[in-house]
Amino acid sequence: MLKMTYREAVRSALREALRNDPRVFIMGEDVGRYGGYYAVTHGLLEEFGPERIRDTPLSEAAYVGAGIGAAVNGMRPIVEVTTINFSLLALDQILNSAATIRYMSGGQLNIPLVVRMATGAGRQLAAQHSHSLEGWYAHIPGISVLTPATVADARGLLLAALNEPDPVFIFEHATLYPLEGEVDEDTGPAKIGEATVRRAGDQVTLVTYGGSLGKTMEAAGQLADEGIEAEVIDLRSLRPLDMATILASVEKTHRAVVVDEAWRTGSFAGEVGAQIMEGGFDLLDWPVQRVCSAEVPMPYAKHLEEAALPQAGTIVQVVKEMFQ
Amino acid sequence: MAIQHVPLIRPERGHALALLREMLRIRRFEEKTAELYQMGKIRGFLHLYDGEEAVAVGAIRVLTPEDAIVATYREHGQALVRGLPMGCLMAEMYGKGNGCSRGRGGSMHFFDVAHRFYGGHGIVGSGLAFAVGLALADKLRDEKRVTACLFGDGAVAEGIFHESLNLAALWKLPVLFLCENNLYAMGTGIERALSETDIALKARSYAIPAEVVDGMDVLAVEAATIRAADAVRHGKGPVFLEARTYRFRGHSMADPQLYRSKEEVAEWMKRDPITNFEERLRDWGLLSDSDVRDMEGSISAEIDAAVAFAEAGPWEPVEDLTRYVTSR
Repeated sequence: MLKMTYREAVRSALREALRNDPRVFIMGEDVGRYGGYYAVTHGLLEEFGPERIRDTPLSEAAYVGAGIGAAVNGMRPIVEVTTINFSLLALDQILNSAATIRYMSGGQLNIPLVVRMATGAGRQLAAQHSHSLEGWYAHIPGISVLTPATVADARGLLLAALNEPDPVFIFEHATLYPLEGEVDEDTGPAKIGEATVRRAGDQVTLVTYGGSLGKTMEAAGQLADEGIEAEVIDLRSLRPLDMATILASVEKTHRAVVVDEAWRTGSFAGEVGAQIMEGGFDLLDWPVQRVCSAEVPMPYAKHLEEAALPQAGTIVQVVKEMFQ
Repeated sequence: MAIQHVPLIRPERGHALALLREMLRIRRFEEKTAELYQMGKIRGFLHLYDGEEAVAVGAIRVLTPEDAIVATYREHGQALVRGLPMGCLMAEMYGKGNGCSRGRGGSMHFFDVAHRFYGGHGIVGSGLAFAVGLALADKLRDEKRVTACLFGDGAVAEGIFHESLNLAALWKLPVLFLCENNLYAMGTGIERALSETDIALKARSYAIPAEVVDGMDVLAVEAATIRAADAVRHGKGPVFLEARTYRFRGHSMADPQLYRSKEEVAEWMKRDPITNFEERLRDWGLLSDSDVRDMEGSISAEIDAAVAFAEAGPWEPVEDLTRYVTSR
């Protein structure tokens, strides 16, 4: 086992893919000479050269579109879109091309494309660099949406994405990059579409993903101190969504809370809640609850940003109310 | 930039007849689709190419089977010239399972990987980035292939046009950009949409060699495309052609054409690429009445067969509704 950061785990998967598959290349803004906005691709230019580690101009739509075309034409591009707010500039390419061309062509064209980007708040970057819009992407059939929350998954899910024949979007919560953990570099790809239980419990199910996993685990610890045993489920993949794991847990706990850093209205948490009710209404002793972000553009000031985001304390409070 | 007028060189007879026949084939095929649209056999949007045939015929015939084509939602002509079977195109418009996109695309989304015909794109300008990616893959593998990307003047106002031209030029990618400038983005005339209406000039501003060609003259388009494709194939980076043309019908079947005068249309129809070419061939003594009769006869038979193929085609089973969304 090797100790590494989340950032290094992503890089380790990228390096492995670049070494093993000549079709793999990386493109994005400042992935090369600068070393990556979040330093994920640091050092790769020196090892693999500028043809395979391609710096792009600030042209999100064009380089995501070029990734689609290159994937169709036999390559295995990995596109880095600096941050999720910027990905909206490429949303046409993502929805109208990446997610539709295979279907529209009657299955003739495959798009083995991986797109990575940072998501989420917590670093005082205000309202144009901090949102959690991965739930929007999870709305789209034709693509996979992965949200690695641990160091091991940062590597394992990226390796898995590179085995997929269709477009995969990976959302890396920006606060996770310095996170340290243990990774076995001999471990291969994770399985896409499998949620996992990060903490076992039998009184309430806490469903979360990505950057909210840490806060949810913290909340589960506090709840245990107060005599409530929470089970924490890390979704890992929003599409495909592993409802079986969630429902198996709810069957045991009869209570569920979904923690999601997106805005509550129209959130992915709403989708999970709806599916719990569709598939497990009779299992529930209490309405499914959601802990989401306040409905504001993300503020800059630290105390305001903290107030806008789901926090361990909020999760604890919501759970305790379910037991009154 | 002014149209580069090529000297009129008398083509070889077989070649000339093939060009004429291909333009006529598109015109007659589309006349049939318009008729079938009125009958409700074809639904959705139907964008016809009448008047612009010289562009597709002049450009696409000179490409090799290894080259790739990316087109727009007005792509019936391009697909036919590329060699996609007429029956598969008709069946696609019927929404049948034997259509080139298995009934999932319709008129706007023809695809055929075997012919390297990569759509059929309905978002204006979107195909440019896709073409840049196809070409990037070729460049990375050092394949001497051309990606021909066709788009209209409407795309020029889109941000993706500028991003894609910049990227293709920056990376010296083998893309042949072919702007089918028919002067209207749906109902918005070019002078009401572009502050600078000289489109080729915009390409030059991205350091891309650009040329303007008479899009109503199949020989001119052909000559320009041969030059352009040759430069692209030999690693000189992208080349840009602007073909000045005109669409005789409305934007789609639903267009009452309130935005342009009948006189303007009539004036352009005098420059019909088919009748003018026909006349020229007669002047040169390359075309007889019986040639035209033979062409019309064989085209008509091909269209009848295409309609029969579409009529007889199976509907995709509803159980297959979500098939092809993903590979798994």
